Amino acid sequence: MSASDEQLPGIWLGTSALVKRDLALVIKRPGDMLNPLFFFAMVATLFPLAVGPAAEQLQFSGPGVLWVAALLATLLSLNSLFLGDFEDGSLEQLLVSPVPLSALALGKSIAHWLTSGLPLVLVSPLVALTYQMSLAVTGVLMLTLLLGTISLSLLGSIGAALTVGLHRGTALLSLLILPLAMPVLIFGARTVSLVAAGDGVAGGLYFLAAYAMLMISISPFATAAALRISNE
Amino acid sequence: MSIKLNGSRLTLFRGERCLFRDLEFALNSGELLLLEGRNGSGKTSLLRAIAGLIELESGTVFWNDEPVRNMRQLFQNSMVWMSHKVGFKGDLTLVENLQFEAKLRLESTRDFDDVLQRLGLKKLKRLPFRSLSAGQQRRVALARMLLSAAPLWMMDEPASNLDAQGRELVATLLSEHVGKGGMAIVAAHQDVKLDLPTHRIALQ
Amino acid sequence: MWKFLHKLASPPHFYRIAENMLPWFAFPGLLLVGYGVYAGLFLAPPDYQQGDAFRIIYVHVPAAYLSMMAYMIMAISAGIGLIWRMKLAHAVSAAAAPLGAWFTFLALATGSIWGRPMWGTWWEWGDPRLTSELVLLFLYLGYMALRNAIEDTTKADRASAVLALVGAVNVPIIHFSVEWWSSLHQGPTLVKKGGPAMDTAMLYPLLAMIFGFTLLFGALLLRRVRTEVLYRERRKRWVRDMILASTGGSK
Repeated sequence: MSASDEQLPGIWLGTSALVKRDLALVIKRPGDMLNPLFFFAMVATLFPLAVGPAAEQLQFSGPGVLWVAALLATLLSLNSLFLGDFEDGSLEQLLVSPVPLSALALGKSIAHWLTSGLPLVLVSPLVALTYQMSLAVTGVLMLTLLLGTISLSLLGSIGAALTVGLHRGTALLSLLILPLAMPVLIFGARTVSLVAAGDGVAGGLYFLAAYAMLMISISPFATAAALRISNE
Repeated sequence: MSIKLNGSRLTLFRGERCLFRDLEFALNSGELLLLEGRNGSGKTSLLRAIAGLIELESGTVFWNDEPVRNMRQLFQNSMVWMSHKVGFKGDLTLVENLQFEAKLRLESTRDFDDVLQRLGLKKLKRLPFRSLSAGQQRRVALARMLLSAAPLWMMDEPASNLDAQGRELVATLLSEHVGKGGMAIVAAHQDVKLDLPTHRIALQ
Repeated sequence: MWKFLHKLASPPHFYRIAENMLPWFAFPGLLLVGYGVYAGLFLAPPDYQQGDAFRIIYVHVPAAYLSMMAYMIMAISAGIGLIWRMKLAHAVSAAAAPLGAWFTFLALATGSIWGRPMWGTWWEWGDPRLTSELVLLFLYLGYMALRNAIEDTTKADRASAVLALVGAVNVPIIHFSVEWWSSLHQGPTLVKKGGPAMDTAMLYPLLAMIFGFTLLFGALLLRRVRTEVLYRERRKRWVRDMILASTGGSK
């Protein structure tokens, strides 16, 4: 009996089952997915209301505003990533299951991205339209959001795992994640601005891809460690 | 196939309080370990520490003479856990919950309906889990144990929220499981008397 | 050597050893800083570009350097505590955080003061060093906030250790990102890369300040860790015995 022979199909089966379960849960409560999206759209609306509708200004600041809005919307959805599981005890069942916790943590991050990051990417062109962003710029915006939200889901999982069940967890989560998320924000937003100014985007996209790779390799383990600590 | 679980020099602190120090136990196939004590005595913490949910201050738990910390995945494959929180998603049905767990543990759901029938849950199959009563929810947790092929059962207050009939059911299931060569560690604040080789640890 | 390190890890031994080590950090540190301040203010010639305003670097540079070194110490000791389960390492990490935060604040304040005559404003977002320091301050605050939010000391140690390690991985990336971001603007910066080499009369006081500050940081850290250890071990017998012994064995 080889443990690893038994394990590998088990890891895949268990993790994909977790992703499917979380997706099924979101289907039952669509608000969990829609509320952050509405928040994203609201923040993007607040800006022209507050600063003025001058087209040039919007075009110029569009990438930054949309990126900040996306970041904040992601934070909103991260807050409840592990909370439900922690409260009903299903988190504990994940901790004692035969599937390695880091694989399950990755599964949670994937499910989070599918219900938070991906919808943001898909909705962004609609909002970009209102900011007078050209097709090319919108395309780059979607690409940066695609790569960036992957990193944010992974990075955010660590923060969510560290703060699950803590008093005032929401505010604390923001304080922990925002400084760490700055590279993603900087490269995400500024790359889009560069396109608008006519510069090349390869560098920025490479960075975002590389950062996502880094997060994929460290986030599952850090999240697993944090979950064990938080559940004690 | 004989299996063995034992703990050596187990010590745990909760903040400043020492819950237990240099505790020893040994459990073989076909045996039951009862952790007894009032609420807050540390029996839940001991159970959780053996399960690996709490880090011990010092000491080692051995599974078939190998330290569990060296083969965590293998150990967790051999045990099934029942906490005082039942651990199912309220929005999913009982069936969806159990099917998810079956995939998590690479188990088959062949005997599914039989188990549900036995536990009196068959009629509740399609209801959302949160609409079940506390007693019914605990029975679903028992279903988890029955559907699992794991030899080691670890249960924290398995009879809580159950009526007299339910408590008898727990006793019967434990007797059957341990009688067939399985092992169980049960933390209970009420006395549980079973016709099985039983070790007891009483905590203050 | 191993025996010494092993002894060091035991709280009562550390408490005594640290007490003996403290003067060796504090006095040379004070001397170096004293020389550095005097030489920096009076002996070094004024900068050909900035006049006397440049003298603030004698505080700014050591503070900035220490703010980052403190984070590394915090992260490394947290890692040691997490992996090897050493309680003392966690105490070092907890003690280093507020110190590092204060040095970061000092670096920000002196950086702002330095920039004022050059930029005409108290803050310049375009300066990568200043912005990086600000993000570093938030990292410290996050670490301290997390520790604060968890009641159980052991749990707080381990959770904040995970955070510190993740932060340590990100610090160079944050630095690089902010540098890239500011380079897009070619804005005014505090220190131009590849600027004129420093006059030795200016350099020596700076080196003295850097070493002096580092030694003082060490002394402050030792002091804080001792206090931290005392607090964590307050119920233990060795603390009780020590207090009784120092008060002459009275009840």
